[in-house]
Amino acid sequence: MSSITRDEVAHLARLARLQLPEDELEHYAGQLDAILHAVARVTEVAGEDVPPTSHPLPLVNVTRPDETHRSLTAEEALSGAPAAEDSRFRVPRILGEEA
Amino acid sequence: MKTVEPDLVPYDEAVAAYDVVMGIEVHVELSTASKMFCGCSTAFGAEPNTQTCPTCLGLPGSLPVLNQQAVESAIRIGLALGCDVAEWCRFARKNYFYPDMPKNFQTSQYDEPICFDGATTVEVEGREFVIPIERAHMEEDTGKSLHVGGATGRIHGADHSLVDYNRAGIPLIEIVTKPIEGTGALAPQVARAYVAHLRDLLRSLGVSDVRMEQGSLRADLNVSLRRAPEAPFGTRSETKNVNSLRSVERAVRYEISRHAGIIDAGMKVTQETRHWHEDTGITTAGRSKEQAEDYRYFPEPDLVPVAPERAWVEQLKAALPEPPAVRRPRLQAGWGFSDLEMRDVLNVGALDLIEQTVAAGTAPAAARKWWLTELARRANEQGVELDALPVTPAHVATVQSLVDAGELNDKLARQVFEGVLAGEGTPEQVVEKRGLKLVSDDGALTAAVEEALAANPDVVAKVRGGKHQAAGALVGAVMKATKGQADAARVRELLLERIGVDH
Repeated sequence: MSSITRDEVAHLARLARLQLPEDELEHYAGQLDAILHAVARVTEVAGEDVPPTSHPLPLVNVTRPDETHRSLTAEEALSGAPAAEDSRFRVPRILGEEA
Repeated sequence: MKTVEPDLVPYDEAVAAYDVVMGIEVHVELSTASKMFCGCSTAFGAEPNTQTCPTCLGLPGSLPVLNQQAVESAIRIGLALGCDVAEWCRFARKNYFYPDMPKNFQTSQYDEPICFDGATTVEVEGREFVIPIERAHMEEDTGKSLHVGGATGRIHGADHSLVDYNRAGIPLIEIVTKPIEGTGALAPQVARAYVAHLRDLLRSLGVSDVRMEQGSLRADLNVSLRRAPEAPFGTRSETKNVNSLRSVERAVRYEISRHAGIIDAGMKVTQETRHWHEDTGITTAGRSKEQAEDYRYFPEPDLVPVAPERAWVEQLKAALPEPPAVRRPRLQAGWGFSDLEMRDVLNVGALDLIEQTVAAGTAPAAARKWWLTELARRANEQGVELDALPVTPAHVATVQSLVDAGELNDKLARQVFEGVLAGEGTPEQVVEKRGLKLVSDDGALTAAVEEALAANPDVVAKVRGGKHQAAGALVGAVMKATKGQADAARVRELLLERIGVDH
């Protein structure tokens, strides 16, 4: 039983901005399918009394007081940026993404 | 892809032929000192990228920690809107590639909002409309993009963009209504009244500075039309980031006319986001929704769930300020305003301003007069909200006290406001610098009075003959000679004294 199709892999690749050639789409569909099946086995042992778990530790309400700390300088913030201009991060044109 | 849009249908025809359904999403920036998940400052107007850190820049190894004050504000907003507060809820990652978030995801809440299922009531033209609230959830604001190379600084035609992440990570509450039905032709006004109501409510809670022109309160307006209230919902458009009350009303109105035109032409409304253009009063197409909405939400592993204690929630509920629906009638009764006067006050957003002016010692009628006439006119001229003027309630109170003390008349008072608006300082400083002082000192007035009497012997004769109202012309002459700075009542007394008749 195949639970993930080649088209779904292509869709995910597009969402993740990954350019995958045709043969790799097939290849990853098979691999992802194996992973999903492995994870699916967990549901076989989880009964009604076991809620889906997103956090392994039983912690809630971890907060900090509303206090400010020192921020980076603009130079520090931009030091890892591939491109900067006027103290701002310079990024490629956005329109292609939005249209 | 360019499509030809059919002509707009005149608004009255559109609402006669179709039933309007709206959904409104309001984003409000909280006025916390620090960001949602890190300690960077939220102050507006700082130099670009001077309020960031590894956490809000999404650098490897950084971890978010939730701002306690933001949680409290979110709960108080929900309670004020009659919502239930979740026993337990989580944050989620909303994944998308857009450079306004450096992390490539926005930390938000997905199917577990902290507040849900509320309702609030607004009034338009004497009718009450219940606005059902779907949810109010916590999230973070995005960075600010500057588009370079385009003709107008807009995204279209831009060569590249420059991003400032100061705003990225500022606590945001998104308040989402359920479908708002049954408003008929009043839909645009109901939308405006709702956003104005939220603004008042959020201000009274003290959780945000609700400055629409700075973007700390902005609305996304979903509009759809259907043939009849019984019909299923039509396809909606979502006009994004509308940031003034006036624009909220105009954008809804425009979309109703636009949708009606499309449906009348036998075409289908496209489900998409729209951009509102303040200058031309129209919307244009943005992203098409069908393919855009695949955000692959999943629970945020770096933040543990929020489980507000019931006792704390009850405590916050008990401490909520007086709701606007109670406060307004109380203030109206206390001030002795008619329903019509009160409606005008609410329409121009002067309620808080008048309350503060009255608290500073001014009579309610005088406070209303200044805010609704002279100052409302100035705000309108400048295209800003009344409370964005540099004139404060304390200024108005000072000016009115000078009028009450006989040191200024209304004409001079208007000049004082003009000076304050022009940045010449406080009312006292303007009075001083411009030499605005009512002349009631007899010595200074006598010369002008004598001159007026000498120049108008025929008028003097009429007054002496018993026509006291003729003295008005003489008063006018003196006022003219003193450039409006004379105390008119005192001038009249002096004139009648000299002519030798009782006054």
